[in-house]
Amino acid sequence: MIDRIQELLQRARSFFRRNELDNDLEAEMAAHLEMAVEENLRQGMTEQEARRQAKLRFGGTQQARDRHREARGLPWLDVLQQDLRYTFRTLRRDRGFAIVAILILALGIGANVAVFSVVNTLLLRPLPFPHAEQLVWFAGNHGEGGLSGTTYNVGSYEEYAKHSQSFQEVTCYQAFWGSTEYNMTAHGDPKHVQAVMVANNFFHILGVNPMMGRTFLPEEHAKGAALVAMLTYPFWQSEFGGDPAVLGRTVNLDNQAVTIIGVLPRSFDFASVFSPGLRVDFFIPAYMDEIRNWGNTVAIFARLKPGVSLAQAQSEVNILSPQFRAAHPEPDWFMEYTADLSSLQDYVTGKLRRSLFALWGAVGVILLIVCVNLSTLLLARLASRSQEFAMRSALGAGRLRLVGQLLTESLVLAWIGAMFGVALAFGISAYLAHQSSIVMPMLNTISVDSAALAWTMLITLAVAALFGVVPGLVLSSVKIQENLKEGGRGVSSGRVNDRVRSVLVVSEIALACVLLVGCGLLLRSFLRVLDVDLGFQPSQASVVDIVYEAGEKGEKIGPSLYQIVDAVKAVPGVEAAGVADMLPLDRERGWGLVNSSREYSKDEYQGAIVRIVTPSYLDAMGIRLIKGRDISWQEILNKQPVVIINETGARRHWPGQDPIGHDARGFGKQPGRVIGVVADVRISSLESSPDAEIYLPSFYGPEGAQLVVRSKLPPETLTASIVPVLRRLNPAQPNNAFRPLQALVDHSVSPRRFFVLFVSVFAAFGLALAALGIFGVISYSVTRRTHEIGIRMALGASASQVQWGVITKTMRLALVGVGLGAITSLLMARWISSLLYRTQPGDPIAFLTTVLVLTAVALLAGYLPSLRASRVEPVVALRHE
Amino acid sequence: MGESKLDLLQGTLDLIVLQTLAALGTLHGYGIARRIEQVSGDAVLLNQGTIYASLVRLQQRSWITAEWGTSDNNRKAKFYSITKRGRKQLAEDAAYWQRLSGVMGRVLAMGEEGGDK
Repeated sequence: MIDRIQELLQRARSFFRRNELDNDLEAEMAAHLEMAVEENLRQGMTEQEARRQAKLRFGGTQQARDRHREARGLPWLDVLQQDLRYTFRTLRRDRGFAIVAILILALGIGANVAVFSVVNTLLLRPLPFPHAEQLVWFAGNHGEGGLSGTTYNVGSYEEYAKHSQSFQEVTCYQAFWGSTEYNMTAHGDPKHVQAVMVANNFFHILGVNPMMGRTFLPEEHAKGAALVAMLTYPFWQSEFGGDPAVLGRTVNLDNQAVTIIGVLPRSFDFASVFSPGLRVDFFIPAYMDEIRNWGNTVAIFARLKPGVSLAQAQSEVNILSPQFRAAHPEPDWFMEYTADLSSLQDYVTGKLRRSLFALWGAVGVILLIVCVNLSTLLLARLASRSQEFAMRSALGAGRLRLVGQLLTESLVLAWIGAMFGVALAFGISAYLAHQSSIVMPMLNTISVDSAALAWTMLITLAVAALFGVVPGLVLSSVKIQENLKEGGRGVSSGRVNDRVRSVLVVSEIALACVLLVGCGLLLRSFLRVLDVDLGFQPSQASVVDIVYEAGEKGEKIGPSLYQIVDAVKAVPGVEAAGVADMLPLDRERGWGLVNSSREYSKDEYQGAIVRIVTPSYLDAMGIRLIKGRDISWQEILNKQPVVIINETGARRHWPGQDPIGHDARGFGKQPGRVIGVVADVRISSLESSPDAEIYLPSFYGPEGAQLVVRSKLPPETLTASIVPVLRRLNPAQPNNAFRPLQALVDHSVSPRRFFVLFVSVFAAFGLALAALGIFGVISYSVTRRTHEIGIRMALGASASQVQWGVITKTMRLALVGVGLGAITSLLMARWISSLLYRTQPGDPIAFLTTVLVLTAVALLAGYLPSLRASRVEPVVALRHE
Repeated sequence: MGESKLDLLQGTLDLIVLQTLAALGTLHGYGIARRIEQVSGDAVLLNQGTIYASLVRLQQRSWITAEWGTSDNNRKAKFYSITKRGRKQLAEDAAYWQRLSGVMGRVLAMGEEGGDK
């Protein structure tokens, strides 16, 4: 074994010492011959005979040299080196071709590597936790009812943790971020910070260790314990300058001294996994006894015991869940808890899987088009090089060697293209990783990693093989040396090659068609989404957080808003102003809504999304009042229980009646009188279906306060004119800036926008390649048939007849391609139908537009060569060749 | 025309060269070629040029070493000698050959006797 390796090393060494070894051998052979001649002379031969005999006995010197090289070096490397040298020479000579080919390859491979990086980060790579495959997510209420539906109360969390046998540990965090926002005063202005409340074993279960300090102790989760917090890495960097002395320091959160006990590592990014788009600054212990009565607030996940499957855990949970209800007659167990388990990875990225695979498919199609395109380019080039190949063949190059040469060329092109492609992919992934406006999990960790580079190698080899193989096959199917005799009419003059070329173009058009139809369908869906009636008017409205002093949470805040809203309304340019605790498409929580004078069966859905608002919030948001009236300040100050419901709530609970003036329940202790009905507002996304909603006067205990201002003035101007007013009236108000209400909508549609943008770019690229392919093939066929066209014109064919002939040929190819493409597209459309929104997979507009666009592009691509054909001068053409 | 010359089996030339060097000590290429012809009684078909491939191969395996020197009649030539590892290899290969030729001998003899013994 060692001998083998040593020999291989020696061989590699000799490869680089070739000249020296060759010279050695020459000298040795010369000496050999001289010695042989001398011996022969001694035996009495004539000088001439002695030399002849010596050479005869020695055998061929060239063979001896070749065998020597073979024995000592790496023969295939020699061949490769020759082929490479030759390839670079020919590519330099044919610079235009090389640049076009490399550019196409770079774009195709770059797009593929970039998308692979995204897919790899989100779907293929496990979540960034040790043994992430064991992590299991609990979805309550079968995933229905928004955050309030799918989360749990503390009691049910404790029951799961205590009784289930399938898990090593069960943990939870408090998922309503609004209740863990604080005003931090450490130095200077108060700062609005976001914390997350976590159970004691939260970090342990995720396998996250603090970078500095420690995690929470069990006793720190008890009410009345010393207040402690852990910092996230970015917050530690931005607020404390990465100072290691931060441990043990106290900061002021809502006027309470909190001790910093640990800093989390940089690699732990809670938000990117559990809540994309959220910024998390602190972790604090969940005070279970305090949040016990808050209803459904905690999100649960767990770590499976080794060897326990998800299905086993699910069946255990299915048995356990109903038992809890029976054991808990207390009123805050107002529902029967259930749990639909899924892997944490599925929970985080499952919704994106289909989109990402579709994107992956799209770049795969792009890559195929690139291959087909390069095949046609290489074929055309092969034709013009047929004499060169004939000559090499005549000089003794084997067919295999010539095909090998072609493959070397495609490999070289592919590798150069891949190099530029990887650079492109690096650019794209760096760009994506810094897009905070795209709400996607783990987006910030997207990078071209070693897996992506391995993927690059794989696709580069595949691409080179694919586009190199067709010319190779064509080359090996013809009698190469015939070309010498034929005077270079070309490898391609046969009908076979014409057909190969047609097949390539047809498949290119078909592939482009699939891309365009897919793009069209997604684009139509996107437009439909943008066209959705939001229920509010995002334009000309801006939002800012109002932040209160500690202790002023909840019920006191409502009335005090009166002063603020009144002052803001007086600012010039403000048309309407109002406050809600949570804005649509941003945050939500669920309470209940029922008709007080109706009996409900046990299974009837009684949930409703609640927003706690001030008067004129509806005006500021542009929410249509359908019936009745807005809440008044009088009602807030007098704490009169009134409620505004939405159309869905009215339809569901007062079918066929006017709910105005009726009593409703489901919120607070006493019933509230319905005073108004408003249009449905999109709750968590533009694509979600409407749910019952209730708007309660702001004494009900809001979770935070968002000031919405309707004004033609831009947010920056409002910041300058209104924030000083807020800070004067409310000392705790930080220096927050207004942001446009539209940003909520943009945020919400950002994943779809991201996919549509990508797919559109790919479709445009595919179309351009298809156009190039058609143009190349038709143009080439015109060149090749100049002679024939000349004869036909000499025999009386008119210019327009010739032109028409070329265009007909183009259109025939285009139509076959579009036809095949349309059929394939139907299959593809069914596959992506779950990604579509209010768009049928067979959407006629998407299909017809694609057919028209492709036909038009084909027509244009065929028109230019046809023009050239019609201008052929018969005399010149007949002399041609 | 007489018996045609023997074509050397792949690998046998290496063994022959090793044995020659082991028996005769340091030799140059021409000397080795001549010696093989003499010993085999001109029975093997040997293009003398082919021994150089064999020599470089053996060198790379460190079974022989080579050095430029001067021949008896004052000619510059490359002289080869067997190494310790070469001798070891030679012993192994020779033993293998003897076993193989023994087996081959018996196998071929079996045919002449018309079956097994």
